[in-house]
Parts: sequence; C-alpha cells; structure tokens
Amino acid sequence: MKTILYIIQKEFKQIFRNKGMLPIIFVLPLLQLVILSNAATFEVKNIKFGYIDNDHTSTSRALVEKFNASTYFNVLTDFPSEALASSAMLKGEVDVLLQIPQYFERDLQKEKQNSLGVTINAIDGAAAGVENVYVTQIVQRFNQNIKVDLLQVSDKQIQPITIETIPLFWYNKTLNYKTFMVPGILVLLVTMITLFLSGMNIVREKEIGTLEQINVTPIKKSQFIIGKLFPFWVIGMGLLTVGLILAKVIFNVPMLGSLPLMYLYTSIYILVILGIGLFISNFTDTQQQAMFIAWFFTVIFILMSGLFTPIESMPKWAQTLTEFNPIRYFVEVMRMVMLKGSGFNDILPQLLKTALYAFIMNGLAVWSYKKTN
Amino acid sequence: MKRFIGFIKKEFYHIFRDRRSLFILFGMPIAQIMLFGFAITNEINNVDIAVLDHSKDATTKEIINKISASKYFSINQFIDRESDIETIFKKGKVKAVLNFEEGFSKSLIKDHTATIQIITDATDPNTANTISNYVNAILQQYQKGLHKDITIAYQIVPQTRMVYNPELKSVYMFVPGVMTIILMLVSAMMTSISITREKELGTMEILLVSPIKPIQVIVGKVFPYIFLSIINAIVIVVLSIFIFKMPVQGSLFLLAFESVLFIITALALGILISTISATQQTAMMISLMGLMLPVILLSGFIFPISSMPLPLQVISNIIPAKWFIIIIKGIMLKGVGLQYLWKETLILVGMTIFFIGLSVKKYKIRLE
Repeated sequence: MKTILYIIQKEFKQIFRNKGMLPIIFVLPLLQLVILSNAATFEVKNIKFGYIDNDHTSTSRALVEKFNASTYFNVLTDFPSEALASSAMLKGEVDVLLQIPQYFERDLQKEKQNSLGVTINAIDGAAAGVENVYVTQIVQRFNQNIKVDLLQVSDKQIQPITIETIPLFWYNKTLNYKTFMVPGILVLLVTMITLFLSGMNIVREKEIGTLEQINVTPIKKSQFIIGKLFPFWVIGMGLLTVGLILAKVIFNVPMLGSLPLMYLYTSIYILVILGIGLFISNFTDTQQQAMFIAWFFTVIFILMSGLFTPIESMPKWAQTLTEFNPIRYFVEVMRMVMLKGSGFNDILPQLLKTALYAFIMNGLAVWSYKKTN
Repeated sequence: MKRFIGFIKKEFYHIFRDRRSLFILFGMPIAQIMLFGFAITNEINNVDIAVLDHSKDATTKEIINKISASKYFSINQFIDRESDIETIFKKGKVKAVLNFEEGFSKSLIKDHTATIQIITDATDPNTANTISNYVNAILQQYQKGLHKDITIAYQIVPQTRMVYNPELKSVYMFVPGVMTIILMLVSAMMTSISITREKELGTMEILLVSPIKPIQVIVGKVFPYIFLSIINAIVIVVLSIFIFKMPVQGSLFLLAFESVLFIITALALGILISTISATQQTAMMISLMGLMLPVILLSGFIFPISSMPLPLQVISNIIPAKWFIIIIKGIMLKGVGLQYLWKETLILVGMTIFFIGLSVKKYKIRLE
C-alpha cells in the first residue's frame, strides 16, 4: 500500500511539474466546453436568401415581403439577372434562391395556379431539407392569404376534415440545443484527456528509458499500474466536477437525475478509458505510435457515439459496431440522467456493459504488461 | 545541397523503419473514410416510436399503418397508460409517443376535427423537431387523400430544385469534412511530434551543431511528411470518387493544388506547435486536444457555421479547415474554378506564411 502511495505521489509531482502541460490539461478542455458548446447546433437560421423578381407587381412584392418578415431568412438580395444570381450561388453568398416568373400575378389570376422557382444549395442535405420546409410553409401561408384577398369566395359549404396535431416537446420545451450538447461535449473532454494522458504515460517511460529502472525495483506489476493510473482517474473525476459546475452555472443545463449516480457511472467509465490507454501503451514503442492509435480510436469513438449524429440513422452494421463504443454509453447515460432524470434501473444496461468493458480492458492491460522484455 | 539531401534521406529512413506508425498512417485514413462515409448521416430515419391509442378504431388504425409504413418511423411498442410514457422515455427506448384521443373517429365525423398529441423526447431537439414535422407531413398527406374532390382555389406551387446534391446525400457533406480532419490532424501532429522528438531525445543538439542550417533542418523534417500527406490525400480522393461516387465537377488539377496548399498550411501549424512545446507530450496534447474539437465543430464539417452565434462565426475564420472545406466543396460539387475560390486560397496562403514566420521567430538555435 505504501509503495502505491509513493508511486502516486511521484506521478502527481511529474504532472504538476510540467508547466507546459498544466493549462492543456485543466484550462483547455473547460475553455472548449464553454465556447464550443455554442457551435454545435443543427438549427437552420440566418439562411442566405436571394430572389429574382421578373414580375414587379404587388403580388410578387407581397410574396418577397413574407420572406423578409420570416426570422429564418435574414439576408435578402434582389438580383437583377439570373446570371448574377447563379454566380452568387457558386460563390456561396446565397443558399436559397427564389425566382418569380414574368406575368406571375396575371397568370395567377387567370389560371388560379402558378409555379414558382426555388433553387436550394443542397450540399448540406439536411439543412436543404429544412430550408425547403420553411419555403413551403411561407408559400402556403401566402396561398391562404391570397385566397382571402383576391377570391373572397368562401368554400365553407364543404367543411374539410382536419386532424389537429399538438406537438409536445418533453424535457426540453424550448428545443434548446445547448442542453443537449453540453453533457455530450463534457463526456468527450473527460475521455480525451484521460485517454491521451494514460496512453502516453507508460510508453513515455519506455521511450526515455526510465521504465527499465522501475522494472528492476521490487514494485509489483499491479502496484505500478494502480499507481500510474490513479492520478488520471482523479484528474478525470475533477474535470467532470468542474465541467458539471460550468454546465449548471453558464449554460443552466437541467440536472434532474441524481449526482451520485452520475459519479458512480463515471468512476467506472474512466476505468474503461484508462484500461484502453494502458493497453495502447503496452503495445507501442514510442509516444508517436501511441498517439496515432489513441487518435484513431478517439475520432471513431466520437463520430460514432451518437453525440453529433443520431445512431438510429446509421446502417444496421454500424449500429452494431457502436455497441463496442464506450463513449456511446457515457453520452447516453449523461443525457439520460441529467436531462430526463433517469434512475439506476434505467441506466442499468449501460452500467453493466461499461463495467464488463472495464473488467475486460483492464484485465487485458494488466496481462499484456510485462516487466521483462 | 548534398548534405540536405542526405538529411532528407535520414528522415525517410526514420519513417519507413517505423513500420507500425507507417501502417497506422496509411491504414487510418482509409478505415476512417470508409467507416464515416457509410455510417455518419444526419438524416433521420427508422426512429423508434410508441403509440398510445385511446380509441382503437378504424381511423386510428389506418393512420398508424400509414406512419409505420413510412421509412422514417418504426413502431416499437403500443402502450396503454399515460404514465408509461415517462417510463419508456427514461429508458431511452423510444423517441416519441403518438397519443390518439378517445373517440377519434367519432369526433372526426361529428366535429370534423380530432386531435393527436405528438409527444417527443426533446433531449435531442433536432430529432424531436424533425419527428414532429414528419408526422405532420404524413397526416397532411392522409387528409389530402380524404378529400380529393375539393379543389383549392389560387395556389402557388413552389418548384424546388436541389442543386449540387439533388439526392440530398449526406456523404457529399461528410466526405470533404473527414478528408480535411485527416489531413489537418495527421500533418500537424506528425511534424510537431517529429521535431519535438529530436528535442526530447537530445539529438536536436547534434543537428544544431552540425553544418546544416536550421531552416534546412525544418524543411528536411517537413518534406517527407508533405510527400506522405499527398499520398494520403490521393487515396482519400480516389476512395471518395470510386466508392462514394463523389463527383469532381471542377478541375482535378486545382483540387490537387489546393490540397497541397492545405497540407503545407497544416504542416506549418505543426512546426509552430513544435517550436512552442518542449516535450512530445505537450506537442501532442496541443495538436490533439487543441485542434480536434475546434476542427470538428467550427469548420462547418457537421454544423452549419451560419447558424452559430456571431462571435463563433468570427472565430471560425481562423480555422484553416473551414476554408479548405469551402474549397473542396466548391471544386468537387459546384465545379467552380479559381475565379470563385481565390479569396479562400489567399487566406490559406496567408495563414501558412503567418505560421512559418512566427515559427522562424520562435525557433531557438541555442538550447537552454
């Protein structure tokens, strides 16, 4: 026990002595949490909108005015010609383009029906879909208005059947994206710091040559590993704590569930990550290799965790792969406990899988660590 | 010059001797682009939903069938009580519950109106909102089918044309992003590590007392990585064209030129990182912790920059990846040439010069 304490002491001293690293471990992640959480939103607003009005009548102007009044479209440009408009589209200055044909008003009155050209930059397919919905909604509302203004004939004799829908958004009534992203980004930062630090740690001793010195001492394998990993476990838990405080104070993220449950889960989760880090450390010779591998897995873990893009939309085989992704479970648990107030029984499956993962990873790591080369 | 070539040779030997790193270096981008190209999408389909049907009559059955037939939803379970909603949401099994009021058919016939509640788990606001929109769209279709004979007077029909990506594939959005992330991180990380490594191992001292000039040391260090990154870029572009059917509307030559430019920008950033960090550990933490999330989040790779708050839109301008993503999308999807992309290109050139200038200033010829 005493030996472990000394190793832990040594590790902490080494961490705090490296002045270049301290801000990276403690300040950078929190700074990113505060700043980047604002960036992650799928909301589509401030749409760059332009129009070509070939009609110049009160109807066409009224239609453009509708777009002007909408909060989604805020940059309005009137293009005199098609060529200028398409060049602006190529430059990326406009994403949605409305083309009002000549004789728009006249044809509308004569034929009661008319079409309208809408061009949408669809490189971001999801955003283009939403933009299309906005445009359609505005045009539909406009349709209803001209019915009243121009027609003044009510078709009330046939009352159409309407099914009314009432959308209810539980747990996040205002659809605030930050409450969704902050817990997720916190998960990422805790994971990245603990994985990178533990992944580099032992291999660093190997590369510098100090590992050999430790190997010839009577320190046991298990003592060494516990002593090495414990400081990072503490750092991870510390980051979580500060991150949660920031989430509450700055972003006012609701915390409906129990804090002890979150800490219980995280304490097991960090073990998984440390196990992976140690495992990587054992199988590499240089810090460079260790970092490449750590980076490789982090990018995959992050992008397949359901943090930014929903897991249900992935193909089946990819969904199966995410079962092996520890970040996925952590993101799920944090969101469930914080935002929905899920209890112990609700997160039991995730908890068990994570515990099993921790057991296997650490088992493998200890097994593969050899004191002799 | 001969000395310099000898130095470059040494660097190549270093790299090729480390088989494991080399394998990761080339295997990684391929594995990532394949995985993400197929798996990552922000489309929403196959969402699990539950139904709470208080009336269980012909109309509600018909509507439920319509909904389960759509590719967006799969009905996971039927529940009987309002109190079950909370339970299944907390377990995270379903994302939405459709709640049909009692006597749905009857009130539809009598009062011409009936109500469905769409209760969504809005912890994910985007999915919640989309689910609600999709259900509405399906119901509207259903209602249209009910009164076909009524023609509505005065109607403007928007004819929407989706340009550059008519099938709304998310691959078109993500492949340029993944390519950028890989080139950025691999290049920045590799150079920063390889220079600090010499510092940490003490061999930098030997290089500094040798007759090779400091600038030659740096260029010699970076050169092999330019070469490796270009191979990486070629592999990624080939994969995206042949496997993901990404078009290259513009000039392939321009694409190559811009990629090389971006690689050099990233390498210059790597050099800068190496001049300010003393150990490999610091260099790696800066290039990983410091670059990974900003590059993913602020480059427009996943989240649209125009929707971000204004201060972040301003910050996003200093992320080189943002400009490169605009350039790749421009060349590959829009088919534009340099006359549209000169601004972005100049910004990348400017950034490169800035990074190199700063590193030359910070580069210490003497060791403490």
